[in-house]
Amino acid sequence: MSKFHISTTVNGEAVEYLCDPKQTLLDVLRDELNLTGSKEGCSSGDCGACSVMLDGRLVCSCLVLGVEMQGRSVETIENMASDEKLHPLQQKFLEAAALQCGFCTPGFLVAAKALLEKNPNPTESEARYWLAGNLCRCTGYDKIIRAVLETAADMRGSK
Amino acid sequence: MAHIVLSDEFGRQFTGGQTHFDLDVRDVRHLIRTLEEMFPGIGEQLEAGAIAIDNEIIPDPWLNPIQPNSEVFFLPAIKGG
Amino acid sequence: MAGYEDKSFKWIGTRPVRPDGVDKVTGRANYGADMKLPGQLTGRILRSPHAHAKILSIDTSKAEKLPGVKAVITGKDFPVMHNGVLPGDEGVNFHYLSCNIMARNKALYDGHAVAAVAATSAAIAEEALALIDVKYEVLPHVIDVDLSMQPGAPLLHDDIFTTGVTPKPEKPSNTVQRVQMQLGDPDAAFKDADVIVERSFKTKAVHQGYIEPHAVVAEWSEDGQCRIWCSSQGHFMVRTLTARLLKMEAAQIRVMPAEIGGGFGGKTIIFIEPTAVLLARKAERPVRIVMSRDEVFRGSGPAPGTSIDVKIGAKKDGTLVAATGEFRYQAGAFPGSPVGAACMAAFGPYALTHVRAVGYEAVTNRPLCYSYRAPGAPLSSFAVESVIDEIAQKLSMDPMEIRIKNGSKEGTQMVYGPKLKAVGNLECLKVIQNHPINKIPLGPNQGRGLAAGFWFNMGGQSSAVVNIAEDGTATIMTGSPDIGGSRASMALMAAEVLGIDYTKVRPIVGDTSAVGFCEITHGSRVTFATGMAIIQAAEDVVLQCRQRVAKMWEVDVDAVKWEDGHARPAGANAGDQKPLSLAQIAAKASRTGGPLVGSAAINAGGAGPAFGVHICDVEVDPETGHVTVLRYVAAQDAGKAIHPSYVEGQIQGGVAQGVGWALNEEYIYGADGRLQNSGFLDYRIPVASDLPMIDTLILEVLNPGHPFGVRGVGEVPIVPPLGAIANAVARATGVRMVDLPLTPPKILAAIDAKK
Repeated sequence: MSKFHISTTVNGEAVEYLCDPKQTLLDVLRDELNLTGSKEGCSSGDCGACSVMLDGRLVCSCLVLGVEMQGRSVETIENMASDEKLHPLQQKFLEAAALQCGFCTPGFLVAAKALLEKNPNPTESEARYWLAGNLCRCTGYDKIIRAVLETAADMRGSK
Repeated sequence: MAHIVLSDEFGRQFTGGQTHFDLDVRDVRHLIRTLEEMFPGIGEQLEAGAIAIDNEIIPDPWLNPIQPNSEVFFLPAIKGG
Repeated sequence: MAGYEDKSFKWIGTRPVRPDGVDKVTGRANYGADMKLPGQLTGRILRSPHAHAKILSIDTSKAEKLPGVKAVITGKDFPVMHNGVLPGDEGVNFHYLSCNIMARNKALYDGHAVAAVAATSAAIAEEALALIDVKYEVLPHVIDVDLSMQPGAPLLHDDIFTTGVTPKPEKPSNTVQRVQMQLGDPDAAFKDADVIVERSFKTKAVHQGYIEPHAVVAEWSEDGQCRIWCSSQGHFMVRTLTARLLKMEAAQIRVMPAEIGGGFGGKTIIFIEPTAVLLARKAERPVRIVMSRDEVFRGSGPAPGTSIDVKIGAKKDGTLVAATGEFRYQAGAFPGSPVGAACMAAFGPYALTHVRAVGYEAVTNRPLCYSYRAPGAPLSSFAVESVIDEIAQKLSMDPMEIRIKNGSKEGTQMVYGPKLKAVGNLECLKVIQNHPINKIPLGPNQGRGLAAGFWFNMGGQSSAVVNIAEDGTATIMTGSPDIGGSRASMALMAAEVLGIDYTKVRPIVGDTSAVGFCEITHGSRVTFATGMAIIQAAEDVVLQCRQRVAKMWEVDVDAVKWEDGHARPAGANAGDQKPLSLAQIAAKASRTGGPLVGSAAINAGGAGPAFGVHICDVEVDPETGHVTVLRYVAAQDAGKAIHPSYVEGQIQGGVAQGVGWALNEEYIYGADGRLQNSGFLDYRIPVASDLPMIDTLILEVLNPGHPFGVRGVGEVPIVPPLGAIANAVARATGVRMVDLPLTPPKILAAIDAKK
């Protein structure tokens, strides 16, 4: 089966790749573009470890096909830190010990960033439900939720 | 004499029921050899499990000394997770 | 090696950012599937769709001819192993292990590997699998432990003869072993009881649920050496087992530890590494195998389901007089179920003079049952804690009071023989008793549940190296994979001993060719045992520094002391010398004896067992049977908390897993013996919206067997939640639930039956 040639934007940069029609966006990011920050946990859209922002919307990249990316734009965990500094969420996750094995962490960070961009003042319940699509097996979510709520407060305070 | 306690399966399989022994042994290696002489075949099985001497599980028991009034328990091997 | 000394610490007990943290929050960290080698092929495994079948033939010829396929292997490519456990095998039956990794003449479970291919793309590999023609003769199967133990049950192996029973059986069966532990005479002692509760319980198999699937990259070179990148809970274990299974020499194999995305015991054994190596050898190219989520559920090592009977008797005043338990545990297709530990831990929180624990293990047509955080204990503890709770109800006694009255403490003899040393069971009970949760009034359909739990914690073999650079900064290396933040704890301990800043200590996990042997990361052992190795290696450096300075000052080494990261005169006899920092000493190292390297290789004893006591509030919806966890508090005697945030994290994570085990998680099989819910949608682990904040209370009951008082912490937290949740649901509904998981349909049926 011949491959498709796709021109798209990844983390703000124009990118081209060849992919076969069965490859998901997650496969393309990891295997063709060597952006391995997005993780494969289930390939069925249930764990959120592959979370990315597609045209500004939070999606599971395992549920998007590589061939669907023509002319679109995706942002991954690799784009979260900038100017040699971590994003406040990344910094808070470290300080609050909101990760143990770290495998789900990129997905959580992308999803949490999307939450705070949409709702800068979430309640604990809103944060828990927004992040219910990201599975973590190590932390029991306690420190993750605290980190997200504290970052939200910090970011509101510094405006 | 050190007091040695085998678990029940060893009693059933090797010793005809007796699980408590008072033996004069220097260290774990000597103890296992002594029990092997009494009950051939038991030594290999004992070495597959764990040993507690005086209430402490010893991970490296072979050359561990056994005091005259020590209490030694043979335990199943435990795996962690 | 010094035992614990009471002193105040500069670094121990602080909460700095972990050294591997930035890589993890930026996506830079390399897990098993993130490795890519030039020319790498994709490996895929063909798995049996039958629960039990003879493999009559496997024809791989069409698959081998498919363009892009570079290698195909089956069971016959694996060396033949001795069927049995020999001295030096460390308890492993290599024949069973090899057969689990690749089936021989029988497929023993839905998901059992039967063949594997390596191809230039995933798509071609999948196509190749479909071209492999396997002829099966389907056999009757058995997946329930009680059914498996019946005479006439489908027989999985013809060479399992139950051990621990008399007379020795002449015919093979599925029952692997019987174990028994006893103190006193419980059968006689029951006569003294005023109330006796006897219950039977059933639980289902669950998976550890790590989010990262198993992944390996293997590379083979023509001189017979191979390199393996994989995530595991022990890369030395990967080397040892791969070497034995493939009849290679250990030093020929170099295993590089990738970051690991969760393990919880499920990655303390291997499933795909030898397959990848054989494919790489045949294909003469590197091969990567990554399990799909479906394969993880069907083809790795879940925790067993059980059938348990517990009987406990008490006097009117709550004194326990006798207890017995029979714990029947599934093994998977091959022996290895943790029934021994189940028996040892079940009655741990209680001081009993007359107690008996009997365990049975039976093979079933399921994936290999393997370790899951305190293997064996959560289920046996669930049963005991439920019965204790029911006794408290019958006596109209506070469930806390009955546990305090009968609580284990220093000197209590355990059913397996030894007596406890200093432990914190009563302390945990008291702190929960005094917690404000007890004052919160409960509304309709709400209940409060209490449970205690016990686990051994382990020591074992660890090696460490501490290297001091010319500028006095330190690199420390161990061979223990970091599954919970242990590198931070290693750095804290090294910083404490060396007396330098935590940020000047960089810890790494060395590969099998770089550092000395380390046992697997399990049994809550790393902070304890590998930490002890780090402490000794750092002390070795300190001694060398004192020796160098003694030479420089022309005094005896006893005249030089180490304090606050500096060599100082121990007394006036050393003369009036300015203190020398580690950096200053390191700068002169080449002229005072050479590189400053400290090392240690130990088999750590003195691990301290630990207790946890949990209390939780739940609300049960009477119309749907759904259980909401409203509040959860967990207390644990954790020994010295080296990095308190990670101790809290271990407790919270264990609680979450226990809640899932109690309420939702189970392997669901069809009548055909096939797993029906091999994905995260239908195998439902707790999500963020299922749980409240989890309050943790760390009691530092110090372990005298460790220089900083460390006790293991990682496993105890999963032991009490099943009992705590079940007891809370029982109090909320008025019905004793004996069948885990407590899913809504089951609870609804129980509530309706009561009406």
